[in-house]
Amino acid sequence: MKAATDQHQGGRQALASHAVQVCFLLVLIVLWFLATNRWGVNRLLLPDPVAVFWELWDILKSGEFVGDLRITLTELAAAFAISATSGVTAGYLVSRSQYRIRVFEPLFAGIYSIPIILFLPLYVLFFGLGPASKIALGATISFFPIVLSTIAGFGTVDKLLVTAARSMGASDYQLFRHVLLPAAFPVVLTGMRMGFTVALLSIIGSETIASLAGLGHRIVHLAEAMEMPRMFAYIAFVVAIAAILNLIISRLEARGRRRP
Amino acid sequence: MTQAAATLRHVLLRPGIARIGVVVLLLVVWEIAARRLVDPMFLSPPSRVLMSLQAVFETKGVPAAVLTTLWELAIAFVLSVAIGLGVGLAVGLQPFARASVMPIILLLYGTPQITILPLFILYFGIGAASKIAFGVSHGVFPIILAIVAGVQNIKPILLTSAKSMGASRWQIFRWVIFPHMIPSFFAGMRLGMTGVLLGVLLAELYVSTAGIGYFTNLFTQNFDPTRLLGLIAVLAAMAIALNEIVRRAEAHFGRWHED
Repeated sequence: MKAATDQHQGGRQALASHAVQVCFLLVLIVLWFLATNRWGVNRLLLPDPVAVFWELWDILKSGEFVGDLRITLTELAAAFAISATSGVTAGYLVSRSQYRIRVFEPLFAGIYSIPIILFLPLYVLFFGLGPASKIALGATISFFPIVLSTIAGFGTVDKLLVTAARSMGASDYQLFRHVLLPAAFPVVLTGMRMGFTVALLSIIGSETIASLAGLGHRIVHLAEAMEMPRMFAYIAFVVAIAAILNLIISRLEARGRRRP
Repeated sequence: MTQAAATLRHVLLRPGIARIGVVVLLLVVWEIAARRLVDPMFLSPPSRVLMSLQAVFETKGVPAAVLTTLWELAIAFVLSVAIGLGVGLAVGLQPFARASVMPIILLLYGTPQITILPLFILYFGIGAASKIAFGVSHGVFPIILAIVAGVQNIKPILLTSAKSMGASRWQIFRWVIFPHMIPSFFAGMRLGMTGVLLGVLLAELYVSTAGIGYFTNLFTQNFDPTRLLGLIAVLAAMAIALNEIVRRAEAHFGRWHED
């Protein structure tokens, strides 16, 4: 039925829904503008959008963001490198026998259901306020989706394929390279994308809660200084960075899926 | 090997038992590390943490703080479910609304809400309201998505046949849409609970005057790992219990039409 309606009026309807989305954004910006400039909403609660725009322009032009961005991205890269290598290794080792899967998989899944952000105070105690605690937290949080999807990916490879390859005389390496890896790769990639997203969120989050530098810290710093337009500008900047990073990682995932 | 030893070995190697063995092993490693290797300023052994649980609860204000956090979680969860259900049905039941509003919802869901945490504090104050609001902002989107997906997955033939047999709109909702929504509704509740926990705890850790965030901060600054670990263990247990309740509910109500 969906296909039928699509054929009937797909084009026009898609256009109409896009129009609704564009209108939604426009109305939001106009309301924001009117609220601050006409209806006298307190500037400390909601800054003028025009001022926010110029602050954003200033941030981008002056390059002030570079230091904080570099710290956040370095933390992210380190955390993701740790969680990706350890998660894939641990997941692969666990997935090699059904017994190990049945022992470890519920354990990882159980820990995964705890909000690991709870351990942030502990990590701050261990690793201090600097980047180390953010890297550790980001690595811990993103380890679980990666290890779970690696177990799922390698653990559910069709037995028939493995038996067939073995009976045709495939070596361990050949089995891994030509049977296990292609079968598991898409699932592992999905886990890595999820891990990347939660690593980014937890690093910005832990920077917001307790840190010395980084984008999350910058936003909090501006909030405490009541510099609202600049803070809004930084929020927009961080949201854009997060969107770009997620877009890149989704693209990489899609590309990786196509040719394993 | 004798028969008895073989059975014993068999029992010990059962996945459930072996899993407990792994956990115990980790606890032992932690215990030895904390007693021998690590500065007691930073880490205390699990045995001492367990013994100190009573001391944690006797710390002035901690029981009230845990209760406050529990209330914030409960209110945020109820609000998320109510709002998520309303929005999800409103958006999901009309194809046009779905096509136009869903991308907006997905966009909002995809933005890192943590960046606007300071704004929540600014608008809702440093009390419970900001935690509840932030929890709702994390919990409501998975519920909306699950409801929309659930409504969308109803086989069109069921709607058509109900309509052709003369069912009113209410009857269609009550007898076709509603029962089909139940499994995804409970799946959404589970994801929503995860989100609410994350949101409320993030806001608590960010700024708190009476909730658990205040005490985690206090214990961290006083280099009191025993009580910090105790409090974290209590909160983790709370989170596991809440997750388990919704997971059980999902398992119980979630698969009626497979029977």
